[in-house]
Amino acid sequence: MNIVVAIKHIPSIADDLPVKGNNVDFDSVDFVLNEWDEHSIEQAVLIKEAVGGTVTVVGVDLIGELDNALHLALAKGADKVVKITADDPAADSHQQAKWLAEAIKGMGADMVFAGVQASNDIDGQIGPMIAAYLDMPYIGGTSAIEVSGSTATVSKEFPGGVGMKYAVTLPFVAGVQSAPKPPRYAPVSKVRQMAQTATVEKVAPSGEASSGLAFKKMAPPVVTGHAEMIEGSPKEVAAKIVELLKSRGLA
Amino acid sequence: MSNDVFVITEHLDGKFSDVSFEVAGKAKELAKALGGQAIAVVVGGGVDANVFASDSTIQVDDAALSQFNPEAYAKVIEALVKEKSPRVVLFGWTVTGMDVAAWLSAKLGVPCAAYAKDVRAEGGGVVVSCQAYGGKLTAEVAPEGETAIVACLAGSFPAEAGQGSTAATKIASPVDLSGLKMKFVEMLKPVAGDVDITAQTKLVSVGRGIGGKENIELAEELAAKLGAVVSASRPVVDAGWLPRTRQVGKSGLKVKPKLYLMLGISGAPEHLEGMKSAELIIAINTDKKAPIFNVAHYGATADLFEVAEAMLELL
Ligand SMILES: Cc1cc2nc3c(=O)[nH]c(=O)nc-3n(C[C@H](O)[C@H](O)[C@H](O)COP(=O)(O)OP(=O)(O)OC[C@H]3O[C@@H](n4cnc5c(N)ncnc54)[C@H](O)[C@@H]3O)c2cc1C
Repeated sequence: MNIVVAIKHIPSIADDLPVKGNNVDFDSVDFVLNEWDEHSIEQAVLIKEAVGGTVTVVGVDLIGELDNALHLALAKGADKVVKITADDPAADSHQQAKWLAEAIKGMGADMVFAGVQASNDIDGQIGPMIAAYLDMPYIGGTSAIEVSGSTATVSKEFPGGVGMKYAVTLPFVAGVQSAPKPPRYAPVSKVRQMAQTATVEKVAPSGEASSGLAFKKMAPPVVTGHAEMIEGSPKEVAAKIVELLKSRGLA
Repeated sequence: MSNDVFVITEHLDGKFSDVSFEVAGKAKELAKALGGQAIAVVVGGGVDANVFASDSTIQVDDAALSQFNPEAYAKVIEALVKEKSPRVVLFGWTVTGMDVAAWLSAKLGVPCAAYAKDVRAEGGGVVVSCQAYGGKLTAEVAPEGETAIVACLAGSFPAEAGQGSTAATKIASPVDLSGLKMKFVEMLKPVAGDVDITAQTKLVSVGRGIGGKENIELAEELAAKLGAVVSASRPVVDAGWLPRTRQVGKSGLKVKPKLYLMLGISGAPEHLEGMKSAELIIAINTDKKAPIFNVAHYGATADLFEVAEAMLELL
């Protein structure tokens, strides 16, 4: 089974997100692996462990720091890693999806996985776009994928705990919401070992696509309301909350 | 090209989702401003489609479409958009809308604005406010070209404006659905047995800030003292610290308790979808800029462990 996982390097939302002009100030933010990519890597490795095959992880290197994410992927069980050397921190999902699709084209993928979404998918997610560019069907929001022969059984999540099962003929693209197991932990020593020994294949970006969105403004949300903040030490905060709950008959 | 506004509706088990009505209401407003018609698109039979306040409703009735099938739905919607050239195509940014909106955008080479909180007509086109970066930034974008796809977050517009009784026109599938590579197999309903968090008056809800399974006990203790039940954000459930039945949000359950006490939840749009109409929302978070503070009624920038332990002593 030849599984390709397309990943996205995105500005971390754990910290402040400074704005420059009409976009994020990419020079002042940390880039991290999209949270859902950890699930799609896990899903790919689980399938490999079940039926054999190879897992190739490919991403667009936006700021020259993708290696960390790729080494992590190797430490978690990927066999091969590829970076598209774009050096364009503002590349939107359409452009990244196009580059990724061009790079994936020659890989003979049976399945292509992407994270179900990323927090900066203002123009949509790369998964369905890669599917469109490669002319493969797409299914997102997956919670389990199992393969037998040339068919995959894919579980897709719906609200309220409802799930739907589909039988999908390979090849196809999936947007992974979660793997059946939490993403495995890779010890730092193993990541470091990968950083020293592994080769990251480099591919030049090829193909052009654009979101077609003109950015007029980017700013923290206009806040229509804000919580009344309870100040003080944790003990004081606790006391005030308990008092509030008591006054409302909630404690 | 027309100035019409398409609304791609969604239904499960014979019922339309709230977001379909919310977006249908928005479509009416946009169509009026753009000088076109609001057209509700219902893919699949087996559901009463005469329920929208649209100017017209198209129902694509084909046995292959009775359950959501991402491949089939995408192809049908692509064909309808090509045929009718609407000015705007509105989706819900939902588990089904997310499968089709961006695919359609790449397939047709037309722009897509996702995470939309608002859409307004401006200069013959639309301007969209997108809630990006987990709710930390809002992007205002103008889609270029003759067709714009906009995928709207659930709960962004009132549902009432989209409710009506426009009679649907049934049509056969505009595309051949015989060679599909995706086939619907079965629907899996949630297993009952755990507590029903939607029936609780008080919830203590934990997020990734709780740090590990071993810390859930602290939340359980606090909940017990308050006569509450513990619920959670998705990462807590994905990590296996609590069962799926406790998940609040877009892919979990919608709750409306009298008290929603949040410990270490950032307030991502997907979580807010499930709890923003709770009567009293109190959030404890170490990040003073956490988006949850824009939604909670009361908040404290503090360590959840310290606050929870101090509360336990007082209760
Ligand atoms: C299709 C789809 C559906 C989804 N459905 C859901 C859903 O149903 N429900 C849901 O919740 N999410 C859902 N998500 C995920 C959602 O996007 C967010 O990832 C998730 O809500 C974040 O959970 P969190 O707030 O617990 O974690 P984080 O965003 O990581 O936030 C953790 C917070 O804890 C705070 N914190 C850390 N340590 C402490 C401490 N010691 N004391 C106090 N605060 C602390 C941090 O400051 C941070 O704000 C969905 C995503 C997708 C793509």
